[in-house]
Amino acid sequence: MSGSPDPARIRAELAALLGPSSLLADEAPLAAYESDGLTAFAARPAAVIAPRTADEVIATVRWCHRHGVPFVARGSGTSLSGGALPVSGGIVITLNRLNRILRLDPAERIAVVEPGVVNLAVTQAAQPHGLHYAPDPSSQPVCTIGGNVAFNAGGAHCLKYGMTSNHVLGLKAVLATGEVVEFGGASREQVGPDWMGLFVGNEGLFGIALEVTLQLLPRAECFHTVLAGYATLEQAGDAVAAVIASGLLPGAIEIMEQLALQAATAAVHAEYPPGCEAVLIVELEGPREVVAADRLRLDAILAASRPVEVRPARDGAERLAIWKGRKSAFSAVGRLSPDFIVQDGVVPRRRLGEALRRIQAWSREAGLRCANVFHAGDGNLHPLILYDGREPDGLRRAEELAGRILRMCVEMGGSITGEHGVGVEKRDYLPIMFPPEELDLLRRVRAAFDPAGIANPGKMFPAGAAPALTHTGLHPLERAGVIARE
Amino acid sequence: MSPTTPEELAAAVRALPRVLPVGAGTKARLAAVAPGVTPVSTRALRGIVEYEPDEFTFTARAGTPLAELAAVLAERGQYLPFDPPLATAGATLGGTVAAGLSGPGRWRFGGVRDFILGARFVDGEGRLLRVGGKVVKNAAGFDLPKFFVGSAGCCGVLAELTFKVFPRPAATRTLRLTARDAADQVRLLRVCAGGRWELDALEAAVDEPAVFVRLGAEEAALGPLVAELLGRFPGRELVTAEAAELWTTVTGFGWAHPGGALAKVLLTSGEVPAFVTWVRAQAGARAWIGAGGNAGYVSLPPARPVAVSPWAGALLRGNGPRWLGPRRTAAVMAAVKRALDPAGRFPDFED
Repeated sequence: MSGSPDPARIRAELAALLGPSSLLADEAPLAAYESDGLTAFAARPAAVIAPRTADEVIATVRWCHRHGVPFVARGSGTSLSGGALPVSGGIVITLNRLNRILRLDPAERIAVVEPGVVNLAVTQAAQPHGLHYAPDPSSQPVCTIGGNVAFNAGGAHCLKYGMTSNHVLGLKAVLATGEVVEFGGASREQVGPDWMGLFVGNEGLFGIALEVTLQLLPRAECFHTVLAGYATLEQAGDAVAAVIASGLLPGAIEIMEQLALQAATAAVHAEYPPGCEAVLIVELEGPREVVAADRLRLDAILAASRPVEVRPARDGAERLAIWKGRKSAFSAVGRLSPDFIVQDGVVPRRRLGEALRRIQAWSREAGLRCANVFHAGDGNLHPLILYDGREPDGLRRAEELAGRILRMCVEMGGSITGEHGVGVEKRDYLPIMFPPEELDLLRRVRAAFDPAGIANPGKMFPAGAAPALTHTGLHPLERAGVIARE
Repeated sequence: MSPTTPEELAAAVRALPRVLPVGAGTKARLAAVAPGVTPVSTRALRGIVEYEPDEFTFTARAGTPLAELAAVLAERGQYLPFDPPLATAGATLGGTVAAGLSGPGRWRFGGVRDFILGARFVDGEGRLLRVGGKVVKNAAGFDLPKFFVGSAGCCGVLAELTFKVFPRPAATRTLRLTARDAADQVRLLRVCAGGRWELDALEAAVDEPAVFVRLGAEEAALGPLVAELLGRFPGRELVTAEAAELWTTVTGFGWAHPGGALAKVLLTSGEVPAFVTWVRAQAGARAWIGAGGNAGYVSLPPARPVAVSPWAGALLRGNGPRWLGPRRTAAVMAAVKRALDPAGRFPDFED
């Protein structure tokens, strides 16, 4: 924003407002906030604020509103769409210190948490009561509930359990105007317009969640997890169609293809049937009697699907090993290439095979490798496009391929994003999903929450100055040797 | 006015200064037309536009009767798992969304808000706009389809809706469990909700301390689950006809006073005893507890208004304000209303 005060003045005023300990001013820590999980983009904020209380967040947002200074809320920075990319000259409000579980009520099966609470920590706190928090993005050991709410995070179990939005019962938030609102509550039912449903997935454009009420579910008594290897991707796709047509409702249906299998093998020593182009993972869960009955049907379907091999997990350890391979696939693929970008477009399930064939052909054409790991049950692709940022046009070719994939998703009647959000990365593709009148509607709604456009500007909507692209894809902390993608 | 296409609907809205969308009128309070307001009926705006059983999705016009939808879905072994209420009375898909009403099946996988994927609607300026998507998973743009759930026609007229569906369980069984009193009912509701059984529905009566549970799965799995529940809790299994009658009564509010007020209030299971006491203090009141103790429904004889509610709620039938109990207002709510309906064609939230 051209009218923003200069960084030194911003830092001085915020230090006076919040006390110096809530302000991260040293250069080294600031560098860590230049990027998020989408490392191709970086921007230097004027200041990073690390509030200790909700009141400090509110005071900061109100200060930003008064001074027209843009702010970006951030949790652990795992966004794959650049959702937490700073605004140059704006401030970053990092919420990791707001990491208290304020209330855990096993009788009502709810948890009230601050935005900096890590996703997995909710399940860990609920576990002694036989409960868990269902949404399980692959980054769940580090990603925060605040970020999950902002981007309506998904995971491997969305077909049956839905996304973050389906598990948020209530929230308190400070909007970009400084107004503090409460939507929903402790009840699982609602009356009136679903304000909470509108807030979840706002990509940080409405404001910052301060307290989130989550529903907890009883942990399934029994799991049956099967890994089936197929000679061709198409056969794996056909097996998914057969499972869906059978009337079964598995907790998860995932596919990993060759390159991802190689990567997972190298990274976590996962073992897959040899000679397979694709591996299918299907998980049934529920009361043991139900799983036993459903398992018979699943076994018959898989046996008829011409697999190279079917490996049911014989115990909890084998089940965890299957999931470890699947969930490590992203970071594992990162080891195969200096740089990669991940897309998460959605296609109608029946067109999965066709979509994957096209992606394969286009990758060959572009001279890029592309690893596919995806939530097959809901048609949510996750092509990881590998490139070398040191090559002069590496990133450009990767982005071109990504764009072709996104256009294909929309042409097939799907979406440009299933769970990562639009962020900065796909903002130029939003118009292929929504014509101008509908984009304008989204803009009007955004302006109702944030008339000044100071909350996470430059995300979701097209136009505006392009942020600086870096051609080395390493996260600043990776460059500094502090973290690695493992 | 009863337009037959989304485009006609948009034209009708543009032609009228003040509009109230109405469906079949089964939630009569939502269809109560204030002076100077023209009702626009979705009666003729009906039919399934697209049904993709393999994708678990369908798109239908807002005026499509739920019963018609259910029949088509059933042919492919699928259903809307939240048992949208008042289907036999003629309720429409659009009215279900506008009222934000879910039936007993919402217990297992969530309510109407959890299954809506997309919508086409006419905004206050008469534009036909699409929000959300047509696939089961979509995170592009704000989740406006959810916002329309419970919006009672205040922000636009729904023209077309896309929903997620699920495979229907092969078989269901229904149990009536007996509690000693309302406090014991809470204990039962909580034990059932927290158990390993993955109940399909969990409801409770108010005139007697009974808890009703429904299980849905393969037939072979249900026997042992039913036996275990009946071994742990006093009660009995309802025979098929009894169970069918119970669920028809619950989803159709058959227990409510014909012609009387009907309201929904939001509870948590711990508030069930207070709800029972509140109901009993109102002469002639009848009530039902839904969603494992998260929703209370109360009905009064004709011409008798519902008492001031300690809980947030909505009036579905009868005269009185649309909302009950404590209300939250915020500047942003008025701002969103203005964004969707700048000229005030549709009712205010607080009408």
